Amino acid sequence: MTSSKAAIPLETPEYAARLAQRQASRHGVLYALLDAVRDPELPELSIWDLGVLREVREDGGELTVAITPTYSGCPALAVIREDIAACLNEAGCQGFEIVEETRPPWTTALMSRAACAQLQAGGIAPPVPGPVRCPVCGSAETALVSEFASTACKAHYRCRTCLEPFDHFKTLK
Amino acid sequence: MSLLEAVVGLGDDALVLGQRLSEWCGKSPWLEEDLAMANTALDFLGRARLLYGYAEALGGCDEDAYAFQRDARDFTNLLIYELPCADFASACARQFLVDAFDALHLERLSESADAELAGIAAKAHKEALYHHRRSVAWLVRLGDGTAESRCRMQKALADVWGYHAELFAPVEAEADLIAKGVLPDRAALRPQWLAAVTATLDEATLAPPGADGRIDGGRQGQHTEHLSPMLAEMQHLHRSHPGARW
Repeated sequence: MTSSKAAIPLETPEYAARLAQRQASRHGVLYALLDAVRDPELPELSIWDLGVLREVREDGGELTVAITPTYSGCPALAVIREDIAACLNEAGCQGFEIVEETRPPWTTALMSRAACAQLQAGGIAPPVPGPVRCPVCGSAETALVSEFASTACKAHYRCRTCLEPFDHFKTLK
Repeated sequence: MSLLEAVVGLGDDALVLGQRLSEWCGKSPWLEEDLAMANTALDFLGRARLLYGYAEALGGCDEDAYAFQRDARDFTNLLIYELPCADFASACARQFLVDAFDALHLERLSESADAELAGIAAKAHKEALYHHRRSVAWLVRLGDGTAESRCRMQKALADVWGYHAELFAPVEAEADLIAKGVLPDRAALRPQWLAAVTATLDEATLAPPGADGRIDGGRQGQHTEHLSPMLAEMQHLHRSHPGARW
């Protein structure tokens, strides 16, 4: 095994726009609380880093947490809703609404650079431009085994250099 | 046709195919394919839920009532989605034809004058593109494969081919929604679809199936004999134990 891991590129413009919206929000405290809510199938990632948490806002005086599904059939969304409610309730926050929004659709460009780095550290090739690189040895000599892996958002690959089988978080544009 | 009826029809397409795909769970040729089938089924189930959710917002009933409390005559899915699969080749053949259709149809639907429908279609289109990539790969692998796989693929295509015409058959009741830009004109998509399908058939060394059949009636609730048994299995638990929750 070598230490030459694939380089994680800079933040995408899509993520930068999300971050600017968060930083301009009056609800920074709530965003920070929600950083504790993780994707149940990718516990290394927060829903913020994954791009599932779209916005915390006030709609006519009512607090609204807007989330978006990664894939339309993603079963994690129901759990994420419960976890958001539990997280905010625990902090003493009541009377909010959690809404699902599909427009504009989620893409992997909404994910943070930290999310990509965490995926790679966890042995999952992140959705970054260029060839799919082995998360273990960094080799670009990889082959697709199946379009789907343990979840709908991942594909199954193997490395031709170090022979490691691994998951690739598919790039969705 | 009202917008509500159009949305329910599209939801029925997705639900019925999702159920057919989920029947492969535990029966696919190998583990990776089992996961792929189940994940594709989930994408279609998710699409159905988004559409039924929108239907409810338009004044329809809730998603469980759409899925579990209607009989075959009330379903308005196109017939190609409800066909049972004799073998893995027939699952691949149908999936290939409908994924090629989705890749075109959902792109147009994502430009719908109805913003909510456009949003759902835009999301589903992204998924349709990788479904299509996978179904093309299977068609080529089985078509340009062994004598046995090629023979089965050719037969499976011939069996399903007569049902593809309904994907493009104009439904009189849809004309108003097409004129308003809410639904795309499906008939206009056929030349591009046929070109894409023919190119893949060539690559798979498969002969194009013979003359076009024309079997339709799905949007009017007229179904094949295969839908009722499928619904009986899908709806059994909900009807035997109304209100049951996981």
